[in-house]
Amino acid sequence: MSGHASYEFKNPVVRWIEERLPIFSTIRAQAVDFPTPRNLNYWWTFGGIAATMLVVQILTGIVLVMHYTPHVSMAFDSVEHIMRDVNYGWLLRWLHANGASFFFIAVYIHIFRGLYYGSYKAPREVLWMIGVLIFIAMMATAFMGYVLPWGQMSYWGAVVITNLFSAFPIIGETIVQWLWGGFSVGNPTLQRFFSLHYLLPFVLAALVFLHIWALHVVGNNNPDGIDVKSEEDTLPFHPYYTMKDLYAILVFFLVYLGFVFYSPWYLGHSINFAPANPLSTPAHIVPEWYFLPQYAMLRAIPDKLGGVLVMFSSLIILLFLPWLDTSKVRSNRYRPLGKIFFWLFVITCLTLGIAGSQPAEGAWLTVARIATAFYFAYFLVILPLLGKIERPKPMPASITEAVLSRH
Amino acid sequence: MMKKILKMLATAALGLGLLAGPAMASGGAQKNAPDHDYSFEGPFGTFDRAQLQRGWEVFRQVCSSCHSLKYLRFRNLAEPGGPEFTIEQAKAFAAEYEVQDGPNDEGEMFTRPARLSDAFPSPYPNEQAAKAANNGALPPDLSLIVKAREGWYYPWYISPFIKLVKGNGGAEYVRALISGYEEPPHGEEKEGLNYNPYFPGHWIAMPPPLAGEDVEYLDGTPNTVEQEATDVAAFLAWVSMPKMEERKKIGFMALLYLLVFALLMFMVKHAIWSNVKH
Repeated sequence: MSGHASYEFKNPVVRWIEERLPIFSTIRAQAVDFPTPRNLNYWWTFGGIAATMLVVQILTGIVLVMHYTPHVSMAFDSVEHIMRDVNYGWLLRWLHANGASFFFIAVYIHIFRGLYYGSYKAPREVLWMIGVLIFIAMMATAFMGYVLPWGQMSYWGAVVITNLFSAFPIIGETIVQWLWGGFSVGNPTLQRFFSLHYLLPFVLAALVFLHIWALHVVGNNNPDGIDVKSEEDTLPFHPYYTMKDLYAILVFFLVYLGFVFYSPWYLGHSINFAPANPLSTPAHIVPEWYFLPQYAMLRAIPDKLGGVLVMFSSLIILLFLPWLDTSKVRSNRYRPLGKIFFWLFVITCLTLGIAGSQPAEGAWLTVARIATAFYFAYFLVILPLLGKIERPKPMPASITEAVLSRH
Repeated sequence: MMKKILKMLATAALGLGLLAGPAMASGGAQKNAPDHDYSFEGPFGTFDRAQLQRGWEVFRQVCSSCHSLKYLRFRNLAEPGGPEFTIEQAKAFAAEYEVQDGPNDEGEMFTRPARLSDAFPSPYPNEQAAKAANNGALPPDLSLIVKAREGWYYPWYISPFIKLVKGNGGAEYVRALISGYEEPPHGEEKEGLNYNPYFPGHWIAMPPPLAGEDVEYLDGTPNTVEQEATDVAAFLAWVSMPKMEERKKIGFMALLYLLVFALLMFMVKHAIWSNVKH
């Protein structure tokens, strides 16, 4: 993030620091003057919202750790201690538990926005790929965080997910024992999950820094998907987008805090208020809502190893998206067919989510299989072909022209 | 207004749920607990102090002979947002129980009357003793029972909406379970088990805990099975969520603050963007 403009600073202390580390000019260039397309809509606010949620998670998490005990015989008790005895402990715990859900809501909207407007296409491939890594890292973080309260679903979720690795031939069993730190999910498992759950958010923060760095090299995409051509296509980031993002963050927080204060365990599982019991398996083992589509794909495949490979492929395939989509047009605003298939893809993902919450049998299993097939077909067949056969609508010459034609 | 809309939504949701009823009646599905209008429901609901005090009597005179309540401390009984007994009353309740303490200066464990800071003592020294005394079935700790159980089971397309408006129905489940024992259908019998349509699988080890007139209510409320069940479920709801009243109160202020802040920010944003076509 090197500052391209040269700024004159009057304050001698600022000047002295600036000559040794150009931090003030960098902030000025990247956070204040940064030229941003003038036509961004509210879907573009979810990046800032997601970053805010990461900060909320780290801050509440650091304080929760001051009162939590990562031990199989004390973890559940220590969470109840937080809920009952720690000043505002209940608030911290519900901010953190619901914060994970709302972090995912923001990130899922952010990802689908990128898909609709073609934000992954050149020259933003690296920006997109770092985003996919962020998504995978936050899934790992969220999974391990859900294990920490050591309730029934925490424990059985950990058992099911770690057991997936046993599907790999020859080395499977060894991997699983290595993950567990023993021969079953137990205290070593809980303690390493705790350690990694504390470490990974800082890895996430570093990845987010790289994500923003890459963004500031190539600049924002925009709803019309056309390149910035002149200065009149852009506005300075501050105050235009700082104030718009802040407004959007506040509206998002109204919903988030609505859940925190009035339905704090709505998004969780009741059974997780019962302490972990290795001798009693819950009737339905279901992951948190944000993993349901992947869970549906895992169970859609009759073969265990196949299911595991399909589930991980559903994430890895996103890394190749910039080269799978052959259309030269970024935004689906100008892609009549692309738009239709995008919405079919959204419906597919929602359907997978519902199928993941149901027992994998009967009609739901068939639905999950069809949806899984369409999920992969979208990336491997539809997007590569669509670019060849689709006739995009005429594009405006510039962002400014696009904006003015709509007024 | 808000409450009216929520009520309407709930009614509509229930209507749809009832339409789907026959689809789920097949198989040994759990019976939905009857809804009960508890005072602590809704965004402004608070606990009924008298009801919590009655529920406490039911718990300690009936339930506590088999069930522990390990996250409840006697001091909680006198804290705001709960039954709000006086400190003297809470101390007197505590003093009725003996707890183990020690070791003392001679290295001996000893028992003493419980204090405000002590947790409600378990009726059994350990899990094995609890199982041995109950035909091999473990009476669960009830500290979180209302949050850990659900009262209604609707199809996937309606359940999320019902739960958003009416909650998980944990208190209704407890109330229905302990007052809803029935004669088993077709005269079926199972050794050491009792028939209860609200219990998953319908056969429960716990015999009917309430017979009516189990406790004497000092406030003159009739001590029927249904009333006792309603009261003790409310009490257990408070033990499950002792900070509920504080949570709703702070939530109201926080959301009001955010709403005003958001409106101001909307005006700021609007003013800044008013001279730009976008």
